Amino acid sequence: MNILRKKSRAKLPFSETVIELFIRLCGFSCIIFVFGIFFFVFREGAGFLFNGLDIGQFLTSPEWYPTSLNNKRYGTFALILGTFSVTALAMCMAVPFGLGAAIFVSEFCSPKLRETFKIVIELLAAIPSVVWGFIGLTLMNQLIIRVFNAPIGLTMLNGSIMLALMSVPIIVSIAEDALKAVPDSYREAAEALGATRWQVIYRVLLPAAKNGLLAAVLLGAARSIGETMAVLMATGHSVNIPSGPLSWIRTLTATIAAELGEVARGDEHYQVLFIIGILLFTITFVVNLIADLVIKGIRQE
Amino acid sequence: MQKIAIIFFLAVLVCGSVIIGCSPTGSNNNNGATKNGAHVTIKNKGSDTMVNLAQAWAETYTGITSTASVEVSGGGSGIGVAALINGTVDIANCSRQIKPKELEQATQNTGKAPQEFIVGYDALAVYVHHDTPIDKITIPQLAEIYGEDGTITRWSHLGIQNSACPSDRIMRISRQSNSGTYFYFREALLGKNRDFELGSLDLHGSKDVVEVIGGTPCAIGYSGMGYATPHVKMLAIATDENTAYYAPTLENVLAKSYPIARPLYMYSLGEPMGEVKAYLDWILSTEGQQIVQQLGFVPVENN
Repeated sequence: MNILRKKSRAKLPFSETVIELFIRLCGFSCIIFVFGIFFFVFREGAGFLFNGLDIGQFLTSPEWYPTSLNNKRYGTFALILGTFSVTALAMCMAVPFGLGAAIFVSEFCSPKLRETFKIVIELLAAIPSVVWGFIGLTLMNQLIIRVFNAPIGLTMLNGSIMLALMSVPIIVSIAEDALKAVPDSYREAAEALGATRWQVIYRVLLPAAKNGLLAAVLLGAARSIGETMAVLMATGHSVNIPSGPLSWIRTLTATIAAELGEVARGDEHYQVLFIIGILLFTITFVVNLIADLVIKGIRQE
Repeated sequence: MQKIAIIFFLAVLVCGSVIIGCSPTGSNNNNGATKNGAHVTIKNKGSDTMVNLAQAWAETYTGITSTASVEVSGGGSGIGVAALINGTVDIANCSRQIKPKELEQATQNTGKAPQEFIVGYDALAVYVHHDTPIDKITIPQLAEIYGEDGTITRWSHLGIQNSACPSDRIMRISRQSNSGTYFYFREALLGKNRDFELGSLDLHGSKDVVEVIGGTPCAIGYSGMGYATPHVKMLAIATDENTAYYAPTLENVLAKSYPIARPLYMYSLGEPMGEVKAYLDWILSTEGQQIVQQLGFVPVENN
């Protein structure tokens, strides 16, 4: 096999060499882009990060007064809590629904129904986030006010529902692929041993597809953390430490989106917004790292 | 196989050249309006408060002249000024005065100092839900509602039985902290030494504010008076409890008796010339100012 590969490589026609080179370049460009983006975000924020910003206050103070005339305070604690709480609540809703739907589509559906389901789910994924945001701002706002008797419906719950609806399609399609990848011989063996359908799923399929399912959940969560427009419109965009699903909150991403447009370039406030960008980068990096370690741990078992 | 490979390669080449072809072209029109034969496009960008107005001006003006058309986009006062600094627009709309730092940056970057024109006035209306039983409010009361450590947090503190709002909590609707409207409202209420209390809902855009208040009986908020809808009502405002209340109407703003009205600005790069000058002159003419009035803003006085 090895000799064969070497031989064929020696005879590569010119066009294939060019294409191989090009594909190699595409691969490396990913790395270049990631580092490039990190470099530029870091460069914009670095001046104030190392010279003037009180990092302790930045991470632990809930007071976000970037445009105060006499007492500017840059505390992002409330924003960090906002980001995490809205994502966590969204995942509480999206994970059971998403995994349940994936199991249904891959195990219980007739092939015809399955195709319809997949098209509809993909349609759900194609709705732009600003449309979700608008639904949150108008429809869900009044619904939550009526159902919960809340003073306002632009709340963490509203944002979470929007985020859940946005991440369910991702979770379903990746989880379904993972379940499909489990060889049929597993199912047949389990059924031959007399397992019921539920036992096949619970004892055989889910453990076998563990890695893929975890990846599905983590990608869904990543979508939620990074989502901007929908949470900007649906959560109330209010600097507030959340006390429950009905409190109004603000996320890190929404703060950047709302304020970066109208800030003077190179200003302290401008740099702080980029430092928030660095913070978001760090958070997603840590989440990805943990995911990698967890998956590796599972593999070693 | 080879055929497919070649097609793929060509496809990539085409994509690549398209991407390169699309790289920034906006920065090469530093010298006023873009000329396209005899036809001139005036680029106009900025304040969200003014975007409807600017759009109406542009449409009418394009109808009466054959030598120029106007391209309008919103985004916010800061975005307009940023574009002016980069030299990518001819006129920036601004619902606040340009900051000294921005003025300096624009002069440095483009070699021309921005020129200021007041093109109308905007009365900032205080909105509540249509069903809220309140018609008037004073500036000190608003300051206690919005200000840091304010004492008015419930409708009953204002002496009002707001039956549509069972929680009795006043939901403060505000704007993102660097919009021109936010700056103006904060200064009008609290002066320069006090901040807004955190925890207000900082919406993104003048229209969203009115939209949300229209669906929320507990809410109070501020936005340009041109954005009123049937679901909300505007409160009459008094400077303090000993003076008269004035509703945000044209007459009251023109007479300068309505307390929270502000000028709307347009900035050009350097002394305006050619089509840009003609456009600004037309905006300040009786015809241009009529449009200001039609859209719920207040025209500048013609002396």
